[in-house]
Amino acid sequence: MSTMVKYEEKPLKIVGTRPIRPDGVDKVTGRARFAADYSLPGQLIGKVLRSPHAHARIKSVDTTAAQSLPGVKAVVTRDDFADMPSEFAAAGELTINFRDVTRNMMAREKVLYDGHPVAAVAAISESIAREALKLIKVEYEVLPHVIDVVEAMKPDAPLLHEEQFTDGVTPKPDKPSNIAKRLVFARGDLEAGFKQADIVVEREFNTKPVHQGYIEPQACLASASEDGQVELWTGTQGHFVFRAQCAKVLQMDVGKLRVVPTELGGGFGGKNNIYTEPLAIALSRKSHRPVKMVMTREEVFRATGPTSGANVKVKIGCTKDGRIIAAEAELNFQAGAFAGSSVGMACPCTFTRYDIDNVKVVGHDVTVNRPKVAAYRAPGAPIIVFGVESVIDELAKTLGIDPIEFRLKNAAKEGTQTYYGPKLGPIGYIETLNKAKAHPHYSAPLGLNQGRGIATGFWFNIGMETSSRLNVNEDGTVTLIMGTVDVAGGSRASMAMMVAEELGIAYDRVRPVIGDTTTLGFNFITAGSRGTFAGGMAAVLSARQAIERLRQRVAQIREVALEDVLWKDGSAVPAPGSAKQFTPMSLVEIARMAGKTGGSISGQSEINAQGAGPGFCTHIVDVEVDKQTGAVKILRYTIVQDVGKAIHPAYVEGQMQGAAVQGIGWSLNEEYFYGADGVLQNPGFLDYRVPVASDVPYIDTVIVEVPNPNHPYGVRGCGEVSIIPPIAAISNAINNAMGVRLRSQPMSPPVVLKALGEAAGGKSKG
Amino acid sequence: MAKNRVSATVNGDAVEFLCETQQTLLDVLRDELRLTGTKEGCGTGDCGACSVTVDGRLMCSCLMLGVEAQGKSIKTIEGMANGEALHPLQRKFLEHAALQCGVCTPGMLIAARSLLERNPDPTEQEVRYGLAGNLCRCTGYHKIVEAVLDAAREMRGA
Repeated sequence: MSTMVKYEEKPLKIVGTRPIRPDGVDKVTGRARFAADYSLPGQLIGKVLRSPHAHARIKSVDTTAAQSLPGVKAVVTRDDFADMPSEFAAAGELTINFRDVTRNMMAREKVLYDGHPVAAVAAISESIAREALKLIKVEYEVLPHVIDVVEAMKPDAPLLHEEQFTDGVTPKPDKPSNIAKRLVFARGDLEAGFKQADIVVEREFNTKPVHQGYIEPQACLASASEDGQVELWTGTQGHFVFRAQCAKVLQMDVGKLRVVPTELGGGFGGKNNIYTEPLAIALSRKSHRPVKMVMTREEVFRATGPTSGANVKVKIGCTKDGRIIAAEAELNFQAGAFAGSSVGMACPCTFTRYDIDNVKVVGHDVTVNRPKVAAYRAPGAPIIVFGVESVIDELAKTLGIDPIEFRLKNAAKEGTQTYYGPKLGPIGYIETLNKAKAHPHYSAPLGLNQGRGIATGFWFNIGMETSSRLNVNEDGTVTLIMGTVDVAGGSRASMAMMVAEELGIAYDRVRPVIGDTTTLGFNFITAGSRGTFAGGMAAVLSARQAIERLRQRVAQIREVALEDVLWKDGSAVPAPGSAKQFTPMSLVEIARMAGKTGGSISGQSEINAQGAGPGFCTHIVDVEVDKQTGAVKILRYTIVQDVGKAIHPAYVEGQMQGAAVQGIGWSLNEEYFYGADGVLQNPGFLDYRVPVASDVPYIDTVIVEVPNPNHPYGVRGCGEVSIIPPIAAISNAINNAMGVRLRSQPMSPPVVLKALGEAAGGKSKG
Repeated sequence: MAKNRVSATVNGDAVEFLCETQQTLLDVLRDELRLTGTKEGCGTGDCGACSVTVDGRLMCSCLMLGVEAQGKSIKTIEGMANGEALHPLQRKFLEHAALQCGVCTPGMLIAARSLLERNPDPTEQEVRYGLAGNLCRCTGYHKIVEAVLDAAREMRGA
């Protein structure tokens, strides 16, 4: 059974305002506690020994010398963990397989990427732990490796998993392959569609993996006791999912593991998966002392999930008047060392902005000798949308149609049948296009070597299992316990605002906290822009249950029927027209008497939220290209996004701005460099260059509010969709400025310079 | 491992600590003095999350050894507010929603204070270049720049 709560339009006092976030003061004073800030008496420091090879068989691991180093209290290797059979589970937007989870946290038969863990030690100091790592002898048989997705798909490519046969192909292949899975989404008659088209454009695009780049490296602190109980403090987007994963790979009861989510220093999908957590627990079990593990930035880059690099092909056919008749795409995504990339999410996002009768999208999930990919904000969608929105731009340009007008001719709206399943409900795509077109940015003049680009995005948003509890304290203040981690966007503020609105009390009378895994029932991870949608729905339902109980108390005290008691502006009041009139009682008065009238008052909810509203956005970007260096400067950037309802508009703007700037980094700078030896060459922020303040302008935001009918305040979820358009929008802007069309990412100075040189030499046309 | 004895001033307080030779000032602040408000984002001086001032000069505390703090005056985020009263930059960061996850925030605030000490009336561009050593992955910098400009206005009494 699933829960949806009907949207009600009503006058609002708190929702839509901009109060200060409850975690704010702690964050500006240094008081906020992130995972690495926790320490326990007697704690040890854990460090991981990692593979220096991209692909090798582990012949032996000898830890004897390390174990005898004074100060070393425990060493763990593959022998300390059980093998796991193939078993799938959801973790954020992506699916995990426990066979692979246990192999990713600690290599078993083979190491599959540079940075793959092979052993871990716990010692009384970090320097001793590091010294111990040097004493571990690992004998490797180095194997040929493959890191390029197209190479990995070839039949004679070095094979990562001898037992991996391509899923989704009939008959079942008789040879193993790096292609873990083939996905097909189709609708209509593609061939007939392309025959009807007056113009067909087919292009190929290549992108590099990029990292989520959260500023806080992964960290955790584990304490195991002799009776099998374990406490774990960690930075996670979903502590219940971490509990489930750790309990599974360590073969322990879920109820014996308490996971406390610490303040999260950025995640963006990258903190949906366990890495050192089970190692810390295993080391703590072995040493009988708390073990703290903090990754270095180099470890973060080498061994935690980036998003996929990809090779994609896009073919679109349309009529002379700009109506899209048929569209086809092939998505070849790097999964990293283990199957499970975001290609499954990217396929449905490929063309779902447009109403197209004939569609086919084929996806391949391909294992390569790189770290296992993780979700990254609207996982997979920016990669394929780069291709699709570039081709759309080319079609519009060829036909001489304004790019927004072209999109409006084909735009999805309520009732549009998607090619992946549902018909779309009420959505705001057309509204974002119209507002972008009317925005002064769209008609502003451009100078020499400057250009403007447009691109759009669609993202599903999700609901899932969520619970919360609201305690009415004895002085009438309220504590809201939530199970969805505030992944930095400010969902604690949004939840408190919705609860305050429901209860009719001031925002600062509600204290929202994230409860650990012992305080609430299971909550899914904060992913898929679900925090304020699903968490908000659960918080509102908890508040409504508390209101019901508050009314019951007043009915009992005033000796009237429940229906004679209404809740209005923070007080129980007599229903108008009711014969039973009584003196109203405020929340504070009811709370003060609660002990004498039946005990404390609370509300709670456990739901599986459904009915998340898809999010759409349109981006406009102006660039200037430096012809001497190839550097692309972002001059102006405007986002128009439908968020359903902005509970806290400043934090919604922050999501839009943050997503766009991550997209700008993805477009212009960010990429992984691997040497011929398969070793990552740029595992640091100096050479993996994320945008700095001087790289970007102000990001103008226009919030569109087409309410989601399935959320009490109309929330859709707003965190992800605006990372989708930037790559395409910037590429389109470069084309508008210089006439060259870039079909690979990043569009870094050398790449742009080369394209400009080729164009000047007459080798390539835009 | 042999430890060194170091005396320094941290946020106005005289402190003494023991540290290994290779320990950075950041390690000392966080692990020895338990001042965990200063964050480690990279350990290589590329992200600015560990920004502190040393004798008034803005530094990445991960690029300085603990032993080099001998006799120096160090200021960290924990010393930025004056009792109850937040520093104007801290207040403006809250009012302008200039923080999300908060890991870059302490370093960003220390760098912004240092910038405004050197240039009380910066342009938007000067703020952007002044904070270019401090990475933020959440905000896209928009609201941070607005907050710093607003704080500068208030501090100038403009």
